[in-house]
Amino acid sequence: MGKANFGGIVKQVCLEYTPEVNAGDYVLVHVGFALAKVDEEEAARTYQLLEEMAQLAELETPDV
Amino acid sequence: MSKRESFFMKYIDEYRSEALAQKVIGELRRIVTRPWVLMEVCGGQTHTIVKYGIDHLLPNEVELVHGPGCPVCVTSLEMIDKAHAIARRPDVIFCSFGDMLRVPGSAVDLLVLKSRGADVRVVYSPIDSLKIARANPGKKIVFFAIGFETTAPGNAMAVWQARQQGIKNFSVLVSHVLVPPAIASILQSPLNRVQGFLGPGHVCTVMGYREYEPIAERFNVPIVITGFEPLDILEGVLMTVRQLEAGKAQVQNQYPRVVKREGNRVAQELVNKVFDVCDRKWRGVGSIPKSGYKLRYEFRDHDAERLFEVEEIDTQEPSICISGLVLKGVKKPHDCPAFGKECKPEHPLGATMVSAEGACAAYYAYGRHLDLENRLAARRGVSVTPNEQ
Ligand code: SF4
Repeated sequence: MGKANFGGIVKQVCLEYTPEVNAGDYVLVHVGFALAKVDEEEAARTYQLLEEMAQLAELETPDV
Repeated sequence: MSKRESFFMKYIDEYRSEALAQKVIGELRRIVTRPWVLMEVCGGQTHTIVKYGIDHLLPNEVELVHGPGCPVCVTSLEMIDKAHAIARRPDVIFCSFGDMLRVPGSAVDLLVLKSRGADVRVVYSPIDSLKIARANPGKKIVFFAIGFETTAPGNAMAVWQARQQGIKNFSVLVSHVLVPPAIASILQSPLNRVQGFLGPGHVCTVMGYREYEPIAERFNVPIVITGFEPLDILEGVLMTVRQLEAGKAQVQNQYPRVVKREGNRVAQELVNKVFDVCDRKWRGVGSIPKSGYKLRYEFRDHDAERLFEVEEIDTQEPSICISGLVLKGVKKPHDCPAFGKECKPEHPLGATMVSAEGACAAYYAYGRHLDLENRLAARRGVSVTPNEQ
């Protein structure tokens, strides 16, 4: 068991399924169980891809 | 996202950026050349789409239909009636996720039973019902184990711990459902209009997405595993439409910040130890082969269906409710004559009006019964005709 902070509310969370998680990591929690560690690099990369695409869309379709 | 789920995520603000959303929509407009029908599989995605009005922001060519991924909605009436028969017993404490309480059975719902004296308790996690079992050795504690693959690891752990710790007064009424057989069943239906799928991000967090690859290939449909924030949905739509426009049918992952191709192997292992695949009846949809989980024989002492002999129940569904067609993506909630009239969240006729993940409830919560007429008129000129006879 571990403690997870849900935007201010602290709850007990079972970490059996995410042995790789360390204190301070972001996790995906469902019905009291951590199911995955949020991959921050991927999170940043997806966002960045979207941003780049947005710049591209701006260049190609200035009227939208 | 139903109340029993809480997802703590970084980048929430980024994935809700409106300026960026407009850009993604612009890109969609640029690439789309003809009408496409996409289905979001998961009820959590339906909720985001209706909440932010994403379906109305998309180019007219792209239509979103809502899928069957609402666990509360698809739990069969037989199972609900069974739950009620068990919950009525004076020796039982019946534990359930909160959104199951208002789901109508043939006669009543769990909330009504509770008001009549049944000991029905809402739990946030299946582990909480184990605690109740430990604290009440003189009672039989039954947990209503419903859900998709996302909930299976939690429910499996409760059963596993009950056996390991010798908690004999704990059992589960299992009504688990699985997404891939449901997708295959939708694609095989003669009424099907769906040409591409936004796959269920949280189900795939557990299971990975290998099992979707043969479906994409066999039915020639793109499946993009997608997250739950507005920008996730929009990117999922964009990736799907890109594939459709290019004539591709692949499985892609829009949600790599939590989904890996192989999923969570530790969780899969325990799920497979506790559960076995079985045929399962879906409310409004019917029986789908190999589309559910049941307890394995080794755990029969924790199987509520076996422990509480429940006689054949004569189930009755209100005839007006078309939730089955809504769950299959054939109809939308506002196509139902009872929507917002006889059927409201305060007195739901069907399960899709109860859960926050249900399409009818989401449409109602975000006022679609009010501005229905205008929007219908606006969309009528462009909507794709269903190929119904
Ligand atoms: S609005 Fe109510 S009656 Fe109509 S399909 Fe939805 S749940 Fe059923």
